[in-house]
Amino acid sequence: MRFVDEYRDAEKARALAAKIAALCEPGRHYKFMEVCGGHTHTIYKHGLEDYLPESISLVHGPGCPVCVLPMGRVDDAIALAEQPDVIMTSFGDMMRVPGGRGSFFDSSAAGTDIRMVYSPLDALKIARQNPDKHVIFMAIGMETTTPSTAMTVLRAAAEGIENFSIFCNHVMIVPAIKAILDSPDLRLDGFIGPGHVSTVIGCRPYEYIPAEYGKPIVTAGFEPLDILQSVYMLLQQLAEGRCEVENQYARVVPWNGNTVALRAVAEVMELRPYFEWRGLGFISHSALQVREKYAAFDAERHFRLPGVRVADPKACQCGEVLKGVLKPWECKVFGTACTPEMPIGTCMVSSEGACAAYYNFGRFSRQRIREVSIESSRA
Amino acid sequence: MTHQDTTQQQAAWAEESVVEHDAGTSYPAHATPGTEHTGREQLVLERIERARRARPRVREKLITLAHGAGGKATQSLIEAIFLDAFRNPLLEPLEDAATLTAGDTRLAFTTDSYVVSPLFFPGGNIGDLAVNGTVNDLAVSGARPAHLSAGFILEEGFPVEDLRRIVASMSAAAAAAGVSIVTGDTKVVQRGKGDGCYINTAGVGLITGGLTLGVATARPGDVVIVSGPVGDHGITILLERGELDLDAELVSDTAPVHELVRGLLDAVGPDVRAMRDATRGGVATILNEVATAAGVAVVVDEESVPVRPEVRGACELLGIDPLYVACEGRIVTIVDPSAADAAVAALRAHPLGAGATAVGRVAEDPPGLVLLKTGFGGTRIIDLLVGDPLPRIC
Repeated sequence: MRFVDEYRDAEKARALAAKIAALCEPGRHYKFMEVCGGHTHTIYKHGLEDYLPESISLVHGPGCPVCVLPMGRVDDAIALAEQPDVIMTSFGDMMRVPGGRGSFFDSSAAGTDIRMVYSPLDALKIARQNPDKHVIFMAIGMETTTPSTAMTVLRAAAEGIENFSIFCNHVMIVPAIKAILDSPDLRLDGFIGPGHVSTVIGCRPYEYIPAEYGKPIVTAGFEPLDILQSVYMLLQQLAEGRCEVENQYARVVPWNGNTVALRAVAEVMELRPYFEWRGLGFISHSALQVREKYAAFDAERHFRLPGVRVADPKACQCGEVLKGVLKPWECKVFGTACTPEMPIGTCMVSSEGACAAYYNFGRFSRQRIREVSIESSRA
Repeated sequence: MTHQDTTQQQAAWAEESVVEHDAGTSYPAHATPGTEHTGREQLVLERIERARRARPRVREKLITLAHGAGGKATQSLIEAIFLDAFRNPLLEPLEDAATLTAGDTRLAFTTDSYVVSPLFFPGGNIGDLAVNGTVNDLAVSGARPAHLSAGFILEEGFPVEDLRRIVASMSAAAAAAGVSIVTGDTKVVQRGKGDGCYINTAGVGLITGGLTLGVATARPGDVVIVSGPVGDHGITILLERGELDLDAELVSDTAPVHELVRGLLDAVGPDVRAMRDATRGGVATILNEVATAAGVAVVVDEESVPVRPEVRGACELLGIDPLYVACEGRIVTIVDPSAADAAVAALRAHPLGAGATAVGRVAEDPPGLVLLKTGFGGTRIIDLLVGDPLPRIC
């Protein structure tokens, strides 16, 4: 398949892996954080760690949109779905995310009308088709999905649709990266920057990372070769004593971002003073809410929300996993009390969550597999 | 900070779940930090394996869609509710069909319900699906399909003309498979209580020859073969629902595989360990059943799995893996390595098996896991899904 296979070429990967190994300083250990859950997914799905020397570890970051949604907000969303004559619409990933009282799937089994959509525009379509119902879109995600929510609100306003609103949970990646950099328990050598987010915000918002924290960052694409090349570029910066923002994903990411998308977001939304991130706690100016001008499309203003904060279960160590302090398997309940069938933490839900990715794709001993494949190739 | 002083609740279900888990199982103490890394990871992996082998339970209070998707949730429901209540030696292997003995005759007996939406789709409709599905379950059990039953649950207001079309397709499919529909039942439910038309079929077939097939008989060294491109049916249905605004020249692969299977058994019968038709849950689910039932590893080579470009494209866009997507006319078979080439040749000799190819091998270690050698050159596991594959956000 064009534009996909080129970036999954095993031969190129081997060549790049050799260059990566050659750049590693003997005796030094490197820790790079891939910020985005999409990268975590790619790394596990393609078995990319098989190409990296043991001295490089990839640390999974907070960029998985459903992973960082606190349980209380899920309960609020379910409370909205329980209102009379409401149709709740949501991305598929969100359906299994547990709140204090269960997930969208559980709520739907109990009788609410919750429908999976592929785009907020599909939610708007449902609103047009059901004039006697109020349709709410569960708006989640980072800057990647925010513009499509904003455009949908603008379209609803232009068409004068009155039975549509959004439950806005959009968050922003830059304050989250800053929170991680400020956290004392993590030592990182650099970042693999979020590619999809950067198609919207560009690379400039990351300039504070090398400038103030002295860490290199390379904005990366989502195919496995993209990620390998980003690791190589980070190592090159370290080897040459450089520390800057670089753009590996230039085929899609413009340095200054997508100004049309940013304008639409600024038109519809404004900063919240603070917002709770699951595992990371309250981060100021890290999320968006609907502006007064578009209040008619804001579910938070339409309905009374319980707004009750639900504490993370005591055994759950999602926070440490999201900050990259713990590897997924180091969490005490990983794979036993917390599994994809019965997730306690959000990291175990989405296929972009670090725990789910490790459990579903990487739950085996690489050492033993290497021995097995050597044996079978001899046989 | 003031905003943290607001009322805080606990997620009671999560706390209970942890307590319950800790009480019901005894695991070695959690690996202490500071010990050697790979050793610690290995300890955790073993702990997880023990947790996975624990008796399945249904913890949900209500049935969710995941219970019907063919993955882990379905498996727990079957084992914890149905098998637990009905337990007997014929049911226990949980094969596609039960093997019964009547005098000297061995019979395969199976049943399946069909609730596909939309009822009509490129390449077929619910009617031929209902016949082919049951014929295929019999065929892969090594039986010659003979007689079928058909039960209809119709919704008030369902057009008779549509029912005629469905029944005509069933009749044609039965003729093509050489089976007769010999008994049936009809119920009508109120408008809104059904989705137009649901069909249940059951079937019996005659097992000739002394074959004992079963996924539990797979041995290290065996070769895994699929009979053609995977995922056609599932993606056709997904696109036909029209929610994605995607178009592709794709038709369902619904077809009776009894002749294909007969050709394979005639050529290499004694060397065939197991056959399955890759319906709900796709090829990945079958391979997991093999790995679990036989206590072996299955190693699949991603590049050799046949997938049509249209299917692969749709899967890439949606972030789902074609290995989990349903087929309705494809079989997966496990054969002795000495017969692998002959098996592929026998399958290819039939038009339905023209795309047959070996995709992997059974190995000894790690038992119970399906491993994928990715096209990129890495390794990962292919686990059972919990429910339906969910499209990713971004």
